[in-house]
Amino acid sequence: MLSKIRKLHWLDWLVLALVLGFFGYVWWKIEGSLNYNWRWERIPNYIIRYHTVREEWFANVLLQGLIATIRISIYASILALILGTILGVARCSANLTVRMLARTYLEFLRNIPPVVVIFIFFFFLSQQLITALNIESWAREIARSENRAVWEFFFGDMRRFPSLISGVIVLALFESAFVGEIVRAGIQSVPRGQREGARSIGMNRRQEMRYIVLPQALKKVVPPLANQFITLIKDSAIISLISVQELTFKTVELVASTRMIFEAWITTAVFYFVICFGLSMLFRKLEIDGAKRG
Amino acid sequence: MAGDAAIITFEHVDKFYGDFHALKDISISVREGERMVICGPSGSGKSTLIRCINGLEFHNSGVLTVDGIEVFEASRSILKLRQEVGMVFQQFNLFPHLTVLENLMIGPMKVRRIAREEAERTARKYLDRVHIPEQADKYPSALSGGQQQRVAIARSLCMESRIMLFDEPTSALDPEMINEVLDVMVELADTGMTMVVVTHEMGFARKVADTMVFMDAGEIVETASPETFFTNPESARCRAFLDQILDH
Repeated sequence: MLSKIRKLHWLDWLVLALVLGFFGYVWWKIEGSLNYNWRWERIPNYIIRYHTVREEWFANVLLQGLIATIRISIYASILALILGTILGVARCSANLTVRMLARTYLEFLRNIPPVVVIFIFFFFLSQQLITALNIESWAREIARSENRAVWEFFFGDMRRFPSLISGVIVLALFESAFVGEIVRAGIQSVPRGQREGARSIGMNRRQEMRYIVLPQALKKVVPPLANQFITLIKDSAIISLISVQELTFKTVELVASTRMIFEAWITTAVFYFVICFGLSMLFRKLEIDGAKRG
Repeated sequence: MAGDAAIITFEHVDKFYGDFHALKDISISVREGERMVICGPSGSGKSTLIRCINGLEFHNSGVLTVDGIEVFEASRSILKLRQEVGMVFQQFNLFPHLTVLENLMIGPMKVRRIAREEAERTARKYLDRVHIPEQADKYPSALSGGQQQRVAIARSLCMESRIMLFDEPTSALDPEMINEVLDVMVELADTGMTMVVVTHEMGFARKVADTMVFMDAGEIVETASPETFFTNPESARCRAFLDQILDH
């Protein structure tokens, strides 16, 4: 560490000083002119709090939001992986109609702002799906039933289940396009000779894809998929717009009721950063270890 | 040794890649049990010819019949045909995510729907046949080129094919590994397998070929027995080619 510091050029020091100076100025502005009243001491209470009546610790809004974000990200990733694999395979299909449908879906998603996509998916798809499948009353049923503890471990408050599910669906549909492109690239990176080898022993297209191409393609796409997972966690903030009670939504609520604008948002930013940066470091380490093992 | 019944027949077959005329009016037949060696300069269409036989490429006109099945793109019998016709590639094309044994078993199990135990028995038998039984549980990347190519031969044999195609099987190998592969091919020829081999290994050709075919610029220039072919080729193009590859 020390040796790295010595390597800094005087220009580096200048840039560092300018950056620090800028933040100092912003700080001074907030302190001086905004007359902002910092209440950092109240933040921990909104993360985890002691219930004086029930005499137990419970997760308050911010931690609730964080847990919801993690749940949604995991489920949406699994769903996006399934949909994306189908989409990626469809993009490489021999059938022109299938290829065109997949391409159309992808181009729609790529050329419409994410917020608009999210609203469209929400109102046109997941809302209809939830009504059609009567998920609302089903979830209420479970919220009253005895084995709700198991369900709540996986899905949180069951009364909010429909909202959580529509968040998962919307996010998964949105991310599936990008997963699909990653999978397609993976499939196309498998050398042509592999397909010919498969064909020469009499495999049909489905067998060729399932036993020969996909296993090799999926192995290659693990690193980009891991990055996409991190992107998905960040993108999940967008579903706060359809009132899914995840971290960003909870923060908006907290800010509205307490006016702790800076504290709440900085805390939320730290949450996202720690998770995404942590995962990014973890994946990098796994990748390096994997490469060492060959 | 070779019977009289033709098992592969080309009748006036033409093949184009865009404007490029890759096969020009090819008419030739291979009898059951015959060993045919095809040679010729690169780009002469030898690989295209052999790849048409199991439908990895499709010809544009003429009739190609293999084992009683007519080969054309929309044919539903093409998968059936490929089970009867084994193919060994220049680049081996082994499946890197599967062990040697799994490489040999996946075809019989998934395509022929043979039980695992029997597929493994067959796989080990043919791994013995190509002299590398001890490599069964390794991945292809751990093997030398010569060993990989022998695994590839075993993989085709496991499908119990009646015809074997070899597309320059030794061209990607280091010189010291060529013979181990050729030896296996000679042994295979001795079992009476129908073989069509594209190769520049003239020693091998002399040893096993029943028929020599010389191709140039998409045409079959000369078809002859090895004795005539090597001692007294008819065409000037063939003589020039042989001079180039034999005088080293």
